[in-house]
Amino acid sequence: MLEFLIRALLGGLGVAAVAGPLGAFVVWRRMAYFGDTLAHSALLGVALGFLFNINLNLAIVVLCVGLAAILVTLQKKQIIATDTLLGILAHSSLSLGLVAVSFLDNVRIDLMAYLFGDLLAVSQTDLYWIYGGGILVLTLLVTFWKPLLAVTVNEELAKVEGYPVEAIRLLLMLLVALVIAVAMKIVGVLLITSLMIIPAATARKLSNTPIQMATISSFIGCLAVCGGLWASYRWDTPTGPSVVVCAALLFIIAYSSPFKRRSA
Amino acid sequence: MSQRLVSFDKIGIDFDSRVLLDNIDMTIDAGEIVTLIGPNGSGKSTLIRILLGLQEPTRGKVVRDKGLRIGYMPQKLHIDPTLPLTVKHFLALVRHVDKKNILPTLEKVGIAHLLNAQVQVLSGGETQRVLLARALLNNPNLLVLDEPVQGVDVNGQVELYNLIEGIRNELHCGVLMVSHDLHLVMAKTDTVVCINQHVCCSGSPQHVTGHPAYQALFGIPGADESIAIYAHQHDHVHNEQGSILSDDDDAHSHCSHQEKS
Repeated sequence: MLEFLIRALLGGLGVAAVAGPLGAFVVWRRMAYFGDTLAHSALLGVALGFLFNINLNLAIVVLCVGLAAILVTLQKKQIIATDTLLGILAHSSLSLGLVAVSFLDNVRIDLMAYLFGDLLAVSQTDLYWIYGGGILVLTLLVTFWKPLLAVTVNEELAKVEGYPVEAIRLLLMLLVALVIAVAMKIVGVLLITSLMIIPAATARKLSNTPIQMATISSFIGCLAVCGGLWASYRWDTPTGPSVVVCAALLFIIAYSSPFKRRSA
Repeated sequence: MSQRLVSFDKIGIDFDSRVLLDNIDMTIDAGEIVTLIGPNGSGKSTLIRILLGLQEPTRGKVVRDKGLRIGYMPQKLHIDPTLPLTVKHFLALVRHVDKKNILPTLEKVGIAHLLNAQVQVLSGGETQRVLLARALLNNPNLLVLDEPVQGVDVNGQVELYNLIEGIRNELHCGVLMVSHDLHLVMAKTDTVVCINQHVCCSGSPQHVTGHPAYQALFGIPGADESIAIYAHQHDHVHNEQGSILSDDDDAHSHCSHQEKS
């Protein structure tokens, strides 16, 4: 098989494996729009990375975490409804990113690749980032699984029982930001959230416990990457959108299949 | 003299320059069941949140015993339907829980058969018992129960109160309960504190129900015993001296908006 295809497959699988379990948290905590907002701001991170000549992945993570912090602060002040606030931040940061990119005269940026991803262009260095970041995220997720879940289920109970609720919430945002940074190459800023929430939503139908749902969504994400890559190779379709379409198909199949959601 | 678990010292809290609670003094001892009553919006839940450390008081302070361990039972449990969670997994989330205790605790609250049930499909009474089990698994010496019988029918309410009393007798823990009426809690309570932004009156149930401030809020006990459910007058007015201005409504006129039992 062609080398670039193998790299694309490895990259896609690495991202999907991490996006699955984290996506489960995004679904449980109803953070889908929040994830979108962070993802949209990632383009601004790219522009700033070029501007100050720092590592792009690092710039994205820093910007996402910064935006998450701003978001939490504004949310606490309750100036405006959260969904409105997210909408404002998502689209103004995306626009700001696009404007900033246009100022970069001497750098040629393939905008489409950042917006919709370019799985086939995954390089060796990207793979290091994906697997390094992925292992970090999974390790943190496994280590802090119980507090993360406790805070997700009920923050007040968790706080009374002595969990450091604020820190855990921050950790979750950091994890989402990290995943966005590494997944951006694969599906692009506009489609990242779908890679997190569609496999997780599909897994819901097949699972009985949180751990099952997290694991199954990893597998479903991987399946979607394989399917999307194959379709893209076969019919010469854009890779990122093909992966998302494939994930959506799996979702439809799972939910239209006759067997009921398992529940005791 | 029992061990003092918590004392509130002149607690007050403002929100948007509106006074929600003012000058609240209250104590809870080990082995004591304290019931906090008051109409809707009287600040009961806010007071509980201050005790739990979820909210900071604007004035005054809460003195907690060094060894205080709170088991908290919230009013409601909302878990997103996208989160598949069994009772067992829900209870395993208690910090530092010994998983061996989960089943015995469920047996204690009478729902051992629900160990593997999904939390979202439980009835109101079952959910309350699961929440009670979670509070107990935190090894509390103080149980804080926010409207523990909400959404439970009258028979179930009596059972739950019996259960809570049994637990108090077994663990000799303090219990702070929030309720918006007194009729069923009465027999199980040592101390009643009636609040409406401030402490209206407190003491033994017999003392409190005879108190004019209580009667102004909840009607005169015995006046409508055939119904046995006291209706609420949801607010009252104070004069400059802080005593209650009666607005000449008698208790019966409020029966038209009785709480659903």
